[in-house]
Amino acid sequence: MDLDLSAPHSMGTTIIGVTYNGGVVLGADSRTSTGVYVANRASDKITQLTDNVYVCRSGSAADSQIVSDYVRYFLHQHTIQLGQPATVKVSANLVRLLSYSNKNMLQTGLIVGGWDKYEGGKIYGIPLGGTIIEQPFAIGGSGSSYLYGFFDQAWKEGMTKDEAEQLVVKAVSLAIARDGASGGVVRTVIINSEGVTRNFYPGDKLPLWHEELEPHNSLLDILNTSSPEPMNI
Amino acid sequence: MDSNQAAKQHSLVGSEADSQRTLYPYVTGTSVVALKYKDGILMAADMGGSYGSTLRYKSVERLKAVGKHSLLGASGEISDFQEILRYLDELILYDNMWDDGNSFGPKEVHSYLTRVMYNRRNKFDPLWNSLVLGGVKNGQKYLGMVSMIGVNFEDNHVATGFGNHLARPLLRDEWHENLSFEDGVKLLEKCMRVLLYRDRSAINKLQIAKITEEGVTISPPYALKTFWGFSAFENPTVGAEGSW
Repeated sequence: MDLDLSAPHSMGTTIIGVTYNGGVVLGADSRTSTGVYVANRASDKITQLTDNVYVCRSGSAADSQIVSDYVRYFLHQHTIQLGQPATVKVSANLVRLLSYSNKNMLQTGLIVGGWDKYEGGKIYGIPLGGTIIEQPFAIGGSGSSYLYGFFDQAWKEGMTKDEAEQLVVKAVSLAIARDGASGGVVRTVIINSEGVTRNFYPGDKLPLWHEELEPHNSLLDILNTSSPEPMNI
Repeated sequence: MDSNQAAKQHSLVGSEADSQRTLYPYVTGTSVVALKYKDGILMAADMGGSYGSTLRYKSVERLKAVGKHSLLGASGEISDFQEILRYLDELILYDNMWDDGNSFGPKEVHSYLTRVMYNRRNKFDPLWNSLVLGGVKNGQKYLGMVSMIGVNFEDNHVATGFGNHLARPLLRDEWHENLSFEDGVKLLEKCMRVLLYRDRSAINKLQIAKITEEGVTISPPYALKTFWGFSAFENPTVGAEGSW
């Protein structure tokens, strides 16, 4: 049976959102590519929608930026009218509305995460097509293909803030190791009742995985530290 | 039956941006199977949301109550199903606002869905779903189906997607009038187990819903046991190395 469903395009990026007891941790890589060229090696893919709700962007940079700009604009007005911070659910639904109504033109997968006083920390995945799905954790972007098995094994309910953040950093770092469209630094954003914390993990501070080597300034440093014997090439 | 195979349309219109047309689904649900039994309707669906060949989402609820008398199960694009649920919310709300003691039964909901699906099809912008609508009102049991091209019909047992090929033969053989709840569930589970063995997009986490005059009950998610103990499975290529 020929199921010619035209499998979805791969999207440059690795994005992650994880809930923990008390809030959420959002994480992303920082590579923006145009074809094979890395246009920006330090992008910020975790974008603010309101004080308490952020969105991780993947896919087309232009599409994801315009969607988050519109949603920020609408949420700003909504917050004024409501008289209190917008909930994560409302923010996610606005993103869904734009993604769904423009599904033929947009190519962006988004993860909305935040904290509100009614439901606490929540993560909503909004993939291509505009489906909205609330999840305890969500992964997206081309790098996420390498993380399904990892999360199946490593995810557990009721983690602490530090455990959750370490999981996110480890996961993005693993995806960067294997996905050519992901790279650079790992950025995380932690959102809870106390507020928002941004963290930055530069590429050279991430753990090394299989077949990756300790970086050096120069071969000369390596040669000088070992005993002076002739090079065997 | 399922038009997932008729995926890409060749564009006859110049730019795809000015005409809205759904080209292909992204996050999809697989089969829904349903049958009439003594007290009402039983419906089953797994909780998978596939993204191409990846089994991406494993807790998608594809069976939902509609008003007081109906149960809707959907396969196909999940975002379109979510939008249909919103249309139905509005439909039921307006129905309640009449406050006339009457409420839409399954026949009315099925008719509404048929109109919506067919009209979208005529605009070359389908809602990419196959819907199963079941319910009971005033003792009358009703079970119907609508596809993404607007084909609709009623029957004693229905299935979408792969279920058409695998479940319906089983239902044709074993269904009879006045099935008990237990027998109905067992028959549905037999269908769902076959689908689990043979449908690549099926996952082992499903829900069975029942609707009777009293109302809707949707079971909590559960998994089925599978059988692998055939001796032929253990060493299938002995005596014929290289075969499968």
